[in-house]
Formats: sequence, structure tokens, C-alpha cells
Amino acid sequence: MERGYPDYMLESIELVKQTRERRLKEIPELMTLEEREAILRQYHPDYKEGGKRTVKVGVNAGEPMPHEAADLIEAYPLIEPEQIDLSTIDYDSDILIIGAGGAGLTAALWAVNSGADVDQILMVTKLRMGDSNSKMSQGGIQAADCEDDNPVLHYLDVIGGGHFTNDPELVKWLVREAPMIIKWHEELGIMYDKDEEGCMFVAPGGGTCRKRMHSCKDYTGMEIVRVLMDEALNLDIPTLEFTSAVELLMDDAGKVAGAVLWDMEKEDYFIARAKATLMATGGFGRLHIQEFATTNHYGATADGLVMANRVGARIIDMDSVQYHPTGSSYPEQIVGLLCTEKLRGRGAQPVNKYGEEFVYPLEPRDVESAALIRECAKGNGLVTPTGMPGVWLDTPLIDILHGEGTIEKEFSAMSLKYKRFDIDMTQDPIFVYPTLHFQNGGIVINERTGVVGVPGLFASGETTGGVHGKNRLMGNSILDYCVYGRRMGIYATEYVKNATVGKLNLDHVTKYTKLLEDAGGIPRTRKAPILLPEYRGERTISHALALLG
Amino acid sequence: MEEEAEKEKMVKVYIMGREFEVPATLNIVKAFEYAGYRFVRGIGCRGGYCGACATVYRFKDDYRLNFALACQKAVEDGMYLTILPFVPAEKAQYELDKLKPRGTVLLELYPEIARCVACNTCTKACPQELEVMDYVQAAIRGDIKELSNLSFDCIQCGLCAMRCPAEIVPYNVGQLARRLYGKYVAPQAKHTHARVEEIHACVFDEELDNYSILVKEDVEKLKKIYVEREIKVG
Repeated sequence: MERGYPDYMLESIELVKQTRERRLKEIPELMTLEEREAILRQYHPDYKEGGKRTVKVGVNAGEPMPHEAADLIEAYPLIEPEQIDLSTIDYDSDILIIGAGGAGLTAALWAVNSGADVDQILMVTKLRMGDSNSKMSQGGIQAADCEDDNPVLHYLDVIGGGHFTNDPELVKWLVREAPMIIKWHEELGIMYDKDEEGCMFVAPGGGTCRKRMHSCKDYTGMEIVRVLMDEALNLDIPTLEFTSAVELLMDDAGKVAGAVLWDMEKEDYFIARAKATLMATGGFGRLHIQEFATTNHYGATADGLVMANRVGARIIDMDSVQYHPTGSSYPEQIVGLLCTEKLRGRGAQPVNKYGEEFVYPLEPRDVESAALIRECAKGNGLVTPTGMPGVWLDTPLIDILHGEGTIEKEFSAMSLKYKRFDIDMTQDPIFVYPTLHFQNGGIVINERTGVVGVPGLFASGETTGGVHGKNRLMGNSILDYCVYGRRMGIYATEYVKNATVGKLNLDHVTKYTKLLEDAGGIPRTRKAPILLPEYRGERTISHALALLG
Repeated sequence: MEEEAEKEKMVKVYIMGREFEVPATLNIVKAFEYAGYRFVRGIGCRGGYCGACATVYRFKDDYRLNFALACQKAVEDGMYLTILPFVPAEKAQYELDKLKPRGTVLLELYPEIARCVACNTCTKACPQELEVMDYVQAAIRGDIKELSNLSFDCIQCGLCAMRCPAEIVPYNVGQLARRLYGKYVAPQAKHTHARVEEIHACVFDEELDNYSILVKEDVEKLKKIYVEREIKVG
């Protein structure tokens, strides 16, 4: 096999090889809380001067957000309320689920489990069923179900990793219900990695005090979501694909009562009335905060935040953005894509161009990312032929530590990804740099997934805030959409039993438009939700360097 | 200078028959976008995990058809390209709880697997490099375990189903088998079940609630507990 690196990178790999034996024994120490704080302040993109601003209109006025997110909040609606005919109801259901990724699918299945009439559910998604970040998660899902572990330790890890900014009540239910989720998944036939006795294979993650990461090779999210989809198809859950919500509807009692839907292909709108509206729209990676490349799905454009904000939902912790420490930085074709943290969980180490280690491999993600950025800022990284910075992730260590064939067996997705570009990650390290990965903050919910202050609206998954505080640990995002997707299905079903819907209106949209006009300085052309990113021609943001030279 | 040359290298591709010059560093999805196309169909995760961008291409003066995921394949000079917008495929509907993990279930729900002529066309079309024909054969034999393992890395792009002359939908057969395996054949995780029992018995609730109180009332104390917790990950 050819070695898919240019000569100057191969020369650096030789240095990495020379130190490998020593690095097996000498692993850098964990940072203290003070050291973590210091490196974050100096190197994490969240602290970069000029990266964010406070929103100036609406219920979230005063909230600091990255400019890219604030631009969506301070944007005009896609629709003109007076042009929308609310007298014809195209879809009438008890439960409208917006989004068909992990949270939406889980909510749909648990609504049915809780006694909801299948025909009274409508799930809409702007692309295909299952299209989501959920499907792309590789490394695993945390659950404290092993003997030397327990939910209390899991709780400490979550809240310490989140720098004690999480909503403690949400953390409690997250860790408490984690083992139940694994058991439910087993009943659905999800193939977790186990030994012959049924004992779960568990790995550590950044910031965990126990090995708690359950996995399905490095296809964990894909395995979970394809089973959830299979079950949704078996149950015939009514689903509209290529149909996005663009604005929530309210009734005359001030409750959320469905959504205006937009057919992405036919460019036609529909009115969907519902007693309960469930927001499961995912995160904002495709906004490319601070021009970072991203691991995220094409549809991760934060539509749910935009719609929920206009009906008065509070949004928190948007000032903290998760950059995954190890995104691919070479080759160019896969820049930004995820290299799972499980690689480091199994022994891979970040190493600079001289073959030197510079950080404990499993710090919480924000700290680990800051350390990689610092190393490159010091000039100890390399730059690829297309201008991407990075350091090495020394993957061959995994096979040395756990036996030949381990990478092939446990990381088949990752090794195929590199093999396609003539890189054998069992022999050579891979080249990585932090990549935009996760929206830590979002819509404020209570432990029953009700959106605080907005009756009729529920939310779960990446579009919500509070669960992870200002930093999420690996393996807790799958867990988040499972635990809170499930709760959303259960509590929405309970809610609709006694709920009614009054006369529909879009007055909140008219009012919000007025607020934007009064605030001044917001261009009329800036509209949201954006539904899909724009990559045509020279506007290709994540590859500006490659395209513009 | 070498770096400069790499940046500027362009290749000629034919997108659904139309000629475009695009940078050689792009994958097929980005080449479409560079050329000015905006995707709604044939696009998904852009990371090789969702199977939305199944791609068929040929080179000029070459009879062979090639297959790839558009987001995982670099453009090459002379590619004639298209991305499939949709794959029509039959999926059996079933209640997993009522099925038995017998090998015959696969033939009952997907009888067309018996039509396999072992031509291996499915395997050649698989962008995940799976042994698709081997797993279809395992399905005919009723070997749920073998089928589950061989099909595990399937991302359900549908190329195998589109190429099969016997009109089999291998990826849906694989999905059924894996669920049967995960639910009935694989050993159950007894430690998970035991922990769920403990949680139902509220074993951890008091301590969790105490910590939640500390978050609000004495976060410094909680920080101390966090820092001093024993780390056992070796």
C-alpha cells in the first residue's frame, strides 16, 4: 500500500516512531482545575476576543452567543404571516415531532409505548428519516452499569466536566436512567460490544473516572439510529421526509399548537396543527462557528433555536461551543470529520511534529482541544499542503497495547475512512486538529422536557441546554437524546390527554418582526431558519483555503 | 513550491454529463457544490455514516462501473458522475417481540433471498467493502450470527439492492438479522439488568439529591469531592 502522506509529513512520522516505546510508559499528568482554567482562557476558541456578542432582541436579549448563532436569532422570518392561510389544516395530530434523528425517533417510539395513537403522531424531517448527528457518533454511550461504577460517579463526571454549570436536576435523570436505556436498546436488538458472558465492553472517555463507554465498534450512533428507524418503520409512524418546520404556530390561549411546514423539494407550505409540538432539531455545527470545519451532519443548522426563540423560549450556555479535539486535518477530502475519542480511550496519544507528547490524552474535551491549539500556536504542529494545521494522533499504539488486529476490529469505520486515502492507521499516525462538534447550550427545558415558559412545546437532544452545562463529555450526547427523547415521548403523551388547541395564529412572528425593525441595523436579507448551509462555489466556508488558495 | 502546485491542481469531471473543472483536493460532494449544485437529495452526514450519497461513476473509454460514497471519494480526472437520489427497496414489517431467532425467519420475511445466483455483483458494488454475497448466503443458510457480523458495517446506501439481478435487498435482510441477534442470540448483560433493579429500588437517589443540593448551596465542597474521586480507568 502507498503511504498517503507527502514527504515532509513522513519525515515527521519517523520522529513519532522513534519516541513510541518511551511514550508507552510516560504519559503526561492530568491538569489541575487551575491549570485547566488557565489553558481554556488562553487557547479555547470560546475565549477568543471578538468571537461573540450579546443578542439584542427578544426574550433572549442579553445572552452571549457566537456571531453565527446570534445572526440567526437576530434574523427575519422566512414567511410573511399575512400570506399564510391558517384556515386550512393540512395535518392534524396530537403530537408533532420536528426532527427524525435520535431524539425525534426515540420520542416517537416512547409515545407509542406510552399509549399514544400511532396515527395521532406526525414526524417531520427536512432530509430523510434518521439523518442526524446522532447517526454519526462513533465512540459510545455512557452508562454506569458496571460493578465498580455507579450513577453517582457518573453524576460527578458530568457536572465536573461541565465546570459545575449544568442543571443538576437534568444531570440526575441523565445518569439515573442511563442503564435503563442500555437495557431497552438490548431489547430492541442493538448489538453492543460484549463478551461471551454478556459483560459489556467498556472504555474510558475524557473526564470519566471509570470505564463507562458502551460501544458498537466505532459505529455506535449508526447502529442505534438504524434500529430506531427500523422500529419506527415497523410501527408505521407517520413521517414526512424532505419537509421542514419553518415557524411554530400558537393558539389564542398562548400555547404552541403545531408548525408551518415547508416542502424542501416542491417549495410549498403546509399547516400542521398539534396539541403538543416536540422540538428535536439538533445542533448548529453547520454554522461553522469561527470558521471551524465541523464533524456535523449537513442539516445541523439550529432551526429549532430560531423557531423556539420566537415563541419565547429561553436559550442558555450558547457562549460555550464544543470543539472535538481530534478532527481529521488531512487529507483535504475529509477535513473536519470526527476521529473518535475512543481512539484515545484505547491508548492513542496526541503527539507534536517532533514526536513529543504534550497533554494527557483524556482531559475533558475543551481542555484537550485547547492543548492541541496551543501546541500548534507554539509552532510544534505541521501544516498540510492545503494549509490545515494539526498534530499527530499516534494510533499504532492501540495495536501495540491491545494486540494486532484491535484497530481493525474495534475501529473498522475509522480505518476504512483512512484506507480510502492510502493511509494505514495501524502503521502510521493520523493527522488531527480540533473541529466544531457540539452545541453545548440551547433551549431551557425542565426534567419532563417541557420548554420552560412555553406551554405546548417540548424539546430534547442537542437543541436543548443545561444537561451538559458549558462542556459535554464523550458518550453523553447519545445518552442525552435517549434519556430525554424517551422522556419527551412519555410526557408529551401524558400532556395531550387533557390538552386542547384553540384558534391558530402567527402573531408572535409579526411581533418579532416588529422587534427586529425597532432594534435597527438588522439587514432585511438576513433570514432564518436557514434549513441547509450554503456551500456553492467560493462560499465554501470550511474549505476556503483549498478553494481560494 | 510543491505546496503551491498541489493547491492549484484541477481535474475535469462530468456531473450528470456536464463538464466542469474542479480542484483535485475535493471529494465528489464538494465537487458538485464547487460546480454550483446545491443538494437536497443525495446528501446526508457528509462523513461516511449515513449512505445518502451512493454514487455511480465511469471513466471515459472504460466499460467498468465504479461505486463509492460521494463524501468519501476524491474526484479524479475524467469521472462521469451521478449521485442516487433514492433507492426503492422492500422492507418487511414485523414485531420483533413475536419473532423467534430461527434461521428460517429470514426466508419467511424475505423469500427472494433464495433467488441469489451467487454472482457477487452486490459485493463489488459495496462502498463499505463488505462481503455482501457471503452474508446473503449466510441468510439462506439461516446463520444469523454470521450474517450479523458480516453485515455490521452496512450503512444502508442501497447500492447492493440496485445492482442485484435477483432483486434482493441485502441491507434490509442484514438489519433484520442483526436485531434478532442482538435481542435473542447475543448473551444478555446481566450486570446492566442488576443495575436497573438497583435504580428502580432508588439505591442512588439520596446521594444524587445531596449532590444536587451542593450544586446550589456549596459548590466548593462538590468541587472537592469531584477532584478527590478515585480514577480507575486502567
